[in-house]
Amino acid sequence: MKAQLAIIGGGPAGLAAAIAAHEAGVRDILILERDRECGGILNQCIHNGFGLHYFGEELTGPEYAGRFIDMLKDTSVRVLSDTMALDLTPERVIHTVNTAEGYMQIEAGAVILAMGCRERTRGAISIPGTRAAGIFTAGAAQRYVNIEGYMVGKRVVVLGSGDIGLIMSRRLTLEGAEVLACVELMPYSSGLTRNIVQCLEDFGIPLYLSHTVTDIRGKNRVEGVTVSRVDENRRPIPGTEMIFDCDTLLLSVGLIPENELSKQAGIILDPRTNGPEVYENMECSIPGIFACGNVVQVHDLVDFVSEEAQLAGRSAAEFLQKGSKPAGRLITLTGGSDVSYTLPQKIRFDAMPDRIKLSFRVRRSFGESKIILRAGDAILASFKRSHMAPGEMERVTLPKKLLNEVSGNEIILEVKEA
Amino acid sequence: MKEIICIVCPNGCRLQVDEAADYAVSGHKCPRGKTYGREELTNPVRTLTSTVRIEGAAYPRLPVKTDHPIPKAKISAVMAQLDAILARSPVKRGDIIAENIADSGANLVACRDL
Ligand SMILES: Cc1cc2nc3c(=O)[nH]c(=O)nc-3n(C[C@H](O)[C@H](O)[C@H](O)COP(=O)(O)OP(=O)(O)OC[C@H]3O[C@@H](n4cnc5c(N)ncnc54)[C@H](O)[C@@H]3O)c2cc1C
Ligand code: SF4
Repeated sequence: MKAQLAIIGGGPAGLAAAIAAHEAGVRDILILERDRECGGILNQCIHNGFGLHYFGEELTGPEYAGRFIDMLKDTSVRVLSDTMALDLTPERVIHTVNTAEGYMQIEAGAVILAMGCRERTRGAISIPGTRAAGIFTAGAAQRYVNIEGYMVGKRVVVLGSGDIGLIMSRRLTLEGAEVLACVELMPYSSGLTRNIVQCLEDFGIPLYLSHTVTDIRGKNRVEGVTVSRVDENRRPIPGTEMIFDCDTLLLSVGLIPENELSKQAGIILDPRTNGPEVYENMECSIPGIFACGNVVQVHDLVDFVSEEAQLAGRSAAEFLQKGSKPAGRLITLTGGSDVSYTLPQKIRFDAMPDRIKLSFRVRRSFGESKIILRAGDAILASFKRSHMAPGEMERVTLPKKLLNEVSGNEIILEVKEA
Repeated sequence: MKEIICIVCPNGCRLQVDEAADYAVSGHKCPRGKTYGREELTNPVRTLTSTVRIEGAAYPRLPVKTDHPIPKAKISAVMAQLDAILARSPVKRGDIIAENIADSGANLVACRDL
């Protein structure tokens, strides 16, 4: 099979990329989705809080996805659902397997990677204790409860205070479970403050910061967990143990971009994001292959996923219509010591539009602070923030004209207390 | 004076609400925070999202929400009524599943086509 543009993944990123590419004039677009329907993880995120930036109103996950799926109906975009992409070559051939048609090869003029991310599991963080039933990742529990209609337990401890852990604490409470505690290893929560208020405080669920689960008891089913305080080096402090009698432990301990396909194709990944290195137009290190959404960087707000995906969609259209971008002057963007990553990693000056968005995360919490863009000793721009936290992706706009004057080819993004 | 966090949008502004001065709000970055601050101390409301059973669809649960925020005190009453609801496929996003649910003043609407 052939397609001008093949998009791997039909979540919010894949959908927005398809619509943008279609608007830019590409007609032969194929979305490959391994699930039976598009929408990605949004289908199980039934809470509201999506779309405030993009649609200017507060929607639930399924509503946000539904609006994009509706937009597809008026286009010539084809969706192959129940279709898993197994392999991707640098020549943009995708090997797929589909329940109805079996094995297929798809030769694509351009490819957009939109595979999203997956959850870290117990193995990835190695908690001691028994291998009893009743230990779930928060996302798996979200799917069981919200889509399949199974309750996961009655007395629950949640490890990890990221947004998914917080949202699931509220969800299980509403469904009649008792959530005994939300336990966070770090001295701060990586979730949005509004979620701490409306998911924990509203229901009187205690949040234990600088604590972790140090033991799991139970033979067949979980019977209890031990929670201990940790020191500055995140080591459990003996004598601080608290015992919780629970039948369920939810793990919300982080997301990892899903990049097996990117690796197979030989795309360069950035160890800081675990996603592909991208240029200013979301193109990866292999020409004609683009990436957007959680496969590139783990987003907290789907609105920004849609925005990033539209850029990838437009860029893929431009590649199909006009070919590769000229190499020319190449600028690299890196972060200072308190910045965990910056995106895009590379900027092709000649191809750069008038302004581009840079996104990054800080490593620790900041109060009144400044974001500084520097080239050598020269300060290009600085931006004020009243508050920054590792759980919240930050974005700034870089105008091209600032780069006209600088001679070096390296930009550093730093953050400092004001 | 009470300090609360505005939960209307992800900015999470820290609001100071002065009960003694007719619930005057400060610290808000936008007007929605002003309304929220006053309401949170006088009549706190939340939009409730959950699921109900559905028959004849690809999945057994239909995601639903109240079409506007309801008093916090009404949440458990609404949750209790959801158990008795059985929707029937096909349902369209935005369809009303139950009117004025548990006298909360809000309708329960479907969040997706199913
Ligand atoms: C469990 C979980 C819960 C989340 N909860 C929230 C939340 O409450 N609020 C919020 O704002 N954000 C939440 N997020 C973040 C949210 O995922 C992103 O905002 C957004 O959904 C990312 O969109 P995406 O399209 O990049 O990825 P996804 O939504 O993950 O979509 C990726 C799609 O690609 C498909 N796919 C992957 N690999 C292949 C393959 N090889 N072949 C074919 N198809 C493939 C998947 O089936 C999926 O449909 C959550 C993330 C996770 C993992
Ligand atoms: S005051 Fe406005 S900007 Fe601040 S959190 Fe509330 S809604 Fe958002």
